[in-house]
Amino acid sequence: MAEKYVDALKKNAMLIVLVLVYIFFTIMTKGQMFEALQFNALITQNAYVFVLATGMLMCMLTGGNIDLSCGAFVCFLGAVGGILMTVKGMNAGLSIIIMLLVGIVYGCALGFLIAYMNIPPWIATLAGFLAFRGWGTALLSANSSTGSISFAARKDFLNIFSGKLFSSPVGELNVVCLVAGIVASVIVVVVNFLTRANKVKKGYEAESIVSVIAKSALAVAAILLFAYKLAMAGGIPTVLVWVIVVVLIYSFITSKTTLGRYFYTIGGNAEATRLSGVDTKKIMFFAYLNMAVLTAITTYIVTARFQAANSTAGTNYEMDAIAACVVGGVSAYGGSGKIFGMVVGATLIGVINLGMSLTGVDANWQKIVKGFVLLAAVVFDILAAKKNATR
Amino acid sequence: MGKILLEMKNITKTFPGVKALDDVNFKVEEGEIHALVGENGAGKSTLMNVLSGIYPFGTYDGEIIYEGETCRFQTIRDSESKGIVIIHQELALVPQMSIGENMFLGNERGNKNAINWNETYGEADKYLRMVGLSESSRVLIKDIGTGKQQLVEIAKALAKNAKLLILDEPTSSLNETDSKALLDLMLEFKKQGMTMIIITHKLNEVVYVADKITVVRDGSTVETMNCHEMEIDEDRIIKGMVGREITDRFPKRENVNIGSINMEVRDWTVHHPIYTERKVVDNVNFNVRRGEVVGIYGLMGAGRTELAMSIFGKSYGSSIMGILYVGGKQVNLKNPREAIDAKIAYVTEDRKGNGLVLSNPIRVNTSLANMDGVSNKGIIDADKEYQIAVEYKDKLHTKTPTVEQNVGNLSGGNQQKVLLAKWMFTDPDILILDEPTRGIDVGAKYEIYCIINDLVKAGKSVVMISSELPEVIGMSDRIYIMNEGKFVGEMNAAEATQENIMACILQSTSTGGDE
Repeated sequence: MAEKYVDALKKNAMLIVLVLVYIFFTIMTKGQMFEALQFNALITQNAYVFVLATGMLMCMLTGGNIDLSCGAFVCFLGAVGGILMTVKGMNAGLSIIIMLLVGIVYGCALGFLIAYMNIPPWIATLAGFLAFRGWGTALLSANSSTGSISFAARKDFLNIFSGKLFSSPVGELNVVCLVAGIVASVIVVVVNFLTRANKVKKGYEAESIVSVIAKSALAVAAILLFAYKLAMAGGIPTVLVWVIVVVLIYSFITSKTTLGRYFYTIGGNAEATRLSGVDTKKIMFFAYLNMAVLTAITTYIVTARFQAANSTAGTNYEMDAIAACVVGGVSAYGGSGKIFGMVVGATLIGVINLGMSLTGVDANWQKIVKGFVLLAAVVFDILAAKKNATR
Repeated sequence: MGKILLEMKNITKTFPGVKALDDVNFKVEEGEIHALVGENGAGKSTLMNVLSGIYPFGTYDGEIIYEGETCRFQTIRDSESKGIVIIHQELALVPQMSIGENMFLGNERGNKNAINWNETYGEADKYLRMVGLSESSRVLIKDIGTGKQQLVEIAKALAKNAKLLILDEPTSSLNETDSKALLDLMLEFKKQGMTMIIITHKLNEVVYVADKITVVRDGSTVETMNCHEMEIDEDRIIKGMVGREITDRFPKRENVNIGSINMEVRDWTVHHPIYTERKVVDNVNFNVRRGEVVGIYGLMGAGRTELAMSIFGKSYGSSIMGILYVGGKQVNLKNPREAIDAKIAYVTEDRKGNGLVLSNPIRVNTSLANMDGVSNKGIIDADKEYQIAVEYKDKLHTKTPTVEQNVGNLSGGNQQKVLLAKWMFTDPDILILDEPTRGIDVGAKYEIYCIINDLVKAGKSVVMISSELPEVIGMSDRIYIMNEGKFVGEMNAAEATQENIMACILQSTSTGGDE
């Protein structure tokens, strides 16, 4: 029995660390961390990490492969968007589609080089890392005297990716947001119980009813807390909808589809997967095409939030995405890692960032702390794997 | 008899939840070759890891007495400094480095600031001659064959001034000629006074070289046989290993109707994928009927695996020529998917390298080659997948608590069963089994043979590639003999003997040499 609890704790170690870190910063900031606006900030500031890290996760699953170029591509694609919308005054919908097409073209090129030409991913994407930052900057300086293109006048674009849904003044309870939270809670509880009931019916090994209740209660508490805090901060951030959609879609792909299964088996043993009749090159190609598409979505989110495209946009985003995956337990060698883990990892890094900013930690020290957190996560991962192996 | 060189007393080693070694006692006399035999997972390798310090002192109970003194090895270096050197089953050589560099890896010649390359290569050459290799030590490891690499490992051990040499499955990847040479080398070293421990599954080798045999079963030493005091044959050793007598190593096949030709290969020629000039398979013709087991015997490097993989959706080789008939129809299979759809299965010889995803559970491995069978429009039916995995686990008697167990945690025999399950689930008509019993123990082998019998009874065709002669003769209805890329003989099982098969190979080698 005791062993079961230890196992459960181990499995959710990062989640527990996340809660502890949050409590730590709440105490350090004398409650400021727990204010409604900080919940809102946590989401709007880190939305890009969730989306980008989802793409990075898919790449990493195939064998620890990464994309170094995504941050620079955000800068480039932002510049393209700026030219289309602000300089040329193009319709927002059309601009979004064109940006997506540019992303798809880059994704196909990258996928072709990596999957069919066998160029190591970090080299193929290093080229993009260097080139797109330069190209983006060149586009910006050619079209603007300040080197930055503003989106402030394009409310049509901004409303799709930033701002609030059914917004209300801060401090007033936003009913829509709260209702959405309650609906989400109900769905989670129903799904949890149905899953267990189904397992019991078919006579499979199922978790105990106590554990299902505990799990559901914790999830509901977290969702309602978030919903309440966001309701007090003016409503649902539009970007949260995008993040949830992306996360749900990819959770489904990775856990329930054959396509997702192949990502894991390729990371575990590419040759065995190929000889099982799977077109492994196609999967690799798809991983990088997919990455580029998610990078395009990231670009929308980021340019809308800053209301501008500039030459420093997307700096170190690739590293943030990799860090979120690694902290979230995605294997650096491929073959294992879950979307939920990545979400926890990204949130943990976001909480640390926010907490340190609020407590006034020097920016350089923030980087040092983040470095050590990343290292600790990997060490933890390897020690856990070792322990499992000796069983 | 000589004096005791090594004594391991009351060794107990536990892993969380498992007692790997239970009060083991093991004695080795100076100047003898001592064979350690036992089924997979019996604890042989664990015992050697305790001895060599891979499991440091303190992580096990018991005592190691070597040359009269009690030893407490913390690292491999400690044991090596005493002259105990272990050569592992998987070769630990760096392919891109020269023989000399490999030989002194971690033990470099020269002073502490610079490597003395003259001394390195000079000494390396000296040790190479001792193991009978004529290569220069400047040759890269990747440019010599597996047999020679194994000899380099031994030379490397000699360079460490080994007094007690431990060889873990030294011949598992060698062909018969190379194996024989290695065993003779061991006998030569024995004459010079070296003490050796050999771990092997090949019992004929044990009988050939060993002075004493210790049998390990379920983490304990069961008995030690002295080959000079009693008559030892393979059956006697098997009895000790499994704890009962196996009267027939190959199960009888009865009431199997051999039907029409199911697959036929004509004028099949395959070139090497990189050195495209080289013919790896040369104008091969063969067929297999329904309900028939066809054996393909050949030494390592004869082109058997290459033949099989080129048939299986051209997954090996370049400019493949020839005609393939499946079920009477001519087919052109361009990739493994098409081969699977044509109801061919290729069960690889290298289950860890390209057969199984070790980090994934049995369930995932079982369904991998036939995801359509457990999914609907790309969405996995988790219930069905689980049920299928359980069904095959029960059918093949795979020993595991649950199908959620990672395949990497299973023993070799059980891994092989999972691999077979994966391919049986694709519902093939023709199964090409490449070394289906390599590296698995006697009991598991018997079970695999039973599975093969069940398959042909169900009207399927089995092509069994093997380099174990008794197995080929014992299991096949018909045998093809392959050498240097060509089929050099075909015989019915009834007329096949070890002697005439080997003769077939020797003749073809001598006549084919002038090509």
